[in-house]
Amino acid sequence: MATEFHNLQELRHSASLETKVFIQRDYTEGTVCRFQTKFPSELDNRIERTLLEETVKTLNSYYVEAEKIGGQSYLEGCLACATAYIIFLCMETRYEKVLRKISGYIQEQNEKIYAPRGLLLTDPIERGMRVLEISIFEDQGSGTSSPSSSSMSSTGSAR
Amino acid sequence: MSAVMITRKVRKWEKLPGKNTFCCDGRVMMARQKGVFYLTLFLIVGTCALFFAFECPYLAVHLSPAIPVFAVLLFLFVIAMLLRTSFSDPGVLPRALPEEAMFIEMEIEAANGNVPTGQRAPPRIRNVQINNQIVKLKYCYTCKIFRPPRASHCSICDNCVDRFDHHCPWVGNCVGKRNYRYFYLFTLSLSMLTIYIFTFDIVHMVMREFLLFLIRRDTQAYYACTLELSTLKETPGTVLEVLVCFFTLWSVVGLTGFHTYLISLNQTTNEDIKGSWSGKNRVQNPYSHKNIIKNCCEVLCGPTYPSVLDRRGLMQEDSTVSAASAAPSSSSSISNAVPQTTNVVLRLQKTTAPLIPNEHTPDDAKPSIAASAEKSPSPREEHPPAPKVPPLASPETDVEDKTH
Repeated sequence: MATEFHNLQELRHSASLETKVFIQRDYTEGTVCRFQTKFPSELDNRIERTLLEETVKTLNSYYVEAEKIGGQSYLEGCLACATAYIIFLCMETRYEKVLRKISGYIQEQNEKIYAPRGLLLTDPIERGMRVLEISIFEDQGSGTSSPSSSSMSSTGSAR
Repeated sequence: MSAVMITRKVRKWEKLPGKNTFCCDGRVMMARQKGVFYLTLFLIVGTCALFFAFECPYLAVHLSPAIPVFAVLLFLFVIAMLLRTSFSDPGVLPRALPEEAMFIEMEIEAANGNVPTGQRAPPRIRNVQINNQIVKLKYCYTCKIFRPPRASHCSICDNCVDRFDHHCPWVGNCVGKRNYRYFYLFTLSLSMLTIYIFTFDIVHMVMREFLLFLIRRDTQAYYACTLELSTLKETPGTVLEVLVCFFTLWSVVGLTGFHTYLISLNQTTNEDIKGSWSGKNRVQNPYSHKNIIKNCCEVLCGPTYPSVLDRRGLMQEDSTVSAASAAPSSSSSISNAVPQTTNVVLRLQKTTAPLIPNEHTPDDAKPSIAASAEKSPSPREEHPPAPKVPPLASPETDVEDKTH
């Protein structure tokens, strides 16, 4: 685990940003939060299709769990209403708990799968839940630190 | 050589575009015009104060002490709902960052093909099928995004709001996905409070008049039972309360009824006004569960959505200041910033967030860490490297970059 995180840091230190790909929301099921599982063509030679699809499907299932309208959400809603929503000052809502899980999952996916391939996922909550942003870094080999001279020349393009 | 770079930490709300005002260091978010909100607050608090001063002592003694107790609880609930509606984020969608905006533009151009010069480009619309209904997603030129279904751009607050209902000047904020249930509970509880106060005002006046009638009858000084002004002289507040409640009743109860109707159909005020799902051309509401109870449960007991606008997150802001002048003059944002949260750090070369990103580093600063980490081994004094400020879609930060 420590070694993998070390690779992620090295990726951020030494790699330069090439481009970003945005996976859009899938609205075919209404306003629930869901991302398209369509594979972007820019990632064709960077990552296997199944890995990305798996990530997006897992994220979608987390969001379904967060927005599920059932017994627990009713209980939470009624309890909160009875206390004039003051209880939200001390209690974390179910949605927030799931968002924390999502953030942990994205971090783990970045460390294990995406960083070694020179990619970086950004948590959708930081983009207003509109897109799943995937940053593509210049392919400098398998995540090993590269000499600074080659990365210096590409600073202009990083803008 | 005399230019000094000041790196300050500011809260993200200070750099948010849009016409909102923020208080309590970003915890409170309201529209710009708050005058009518203060009026609402004044009317509610004023009328209740009169009620507690004039009616409650009499009614607590002659009828029941539960009356003022229940009035207090109801009053507190109304105020809590009003403040919750007014101060919370209605569901504002943050504007697209430059890369995202460019990505969408490229997609649009690819879809439209080459438009010959002189011809207007086709309108930017995406069609999506929801529940066997074609819904058009419009492009917002201000926020540079395709609006999600049911979102709309509020021109008063200059933001796209998710599940936009309407902009309510009475609460001084937009009503959207995140605060619609608080708004509804506010109107509902205010209706109850108004009816409650109105009823007990009438009861109070009738009781006083009846007592007077009995006294007069017993003292053989009987007059026709007419409403004398003596009651009103004793409790002048009652008249004012009755007036306010009478006019409030019609509007607030009507509004509550209207929103109850909307909730049962799972529609927003915006959709109702535009006639989006009015039924002509066999257009039906794709979001409705066709079941009143399910619709009500979804709107009122659904999950509490978190705010996607990170107001209190910290971000770095850089500006050059000539060392000769004491006060920074080039950057306009320093004067705007709230001083209590800024850390003025003088640095000759720019390093932003810590080189090792931790969980507190905002994700959009992470690529810039990679960029700045490359620059730090080679300091250049004449031209400090132009800082790559984590862009938060604010035009001001871009302008500052260019002033170097």
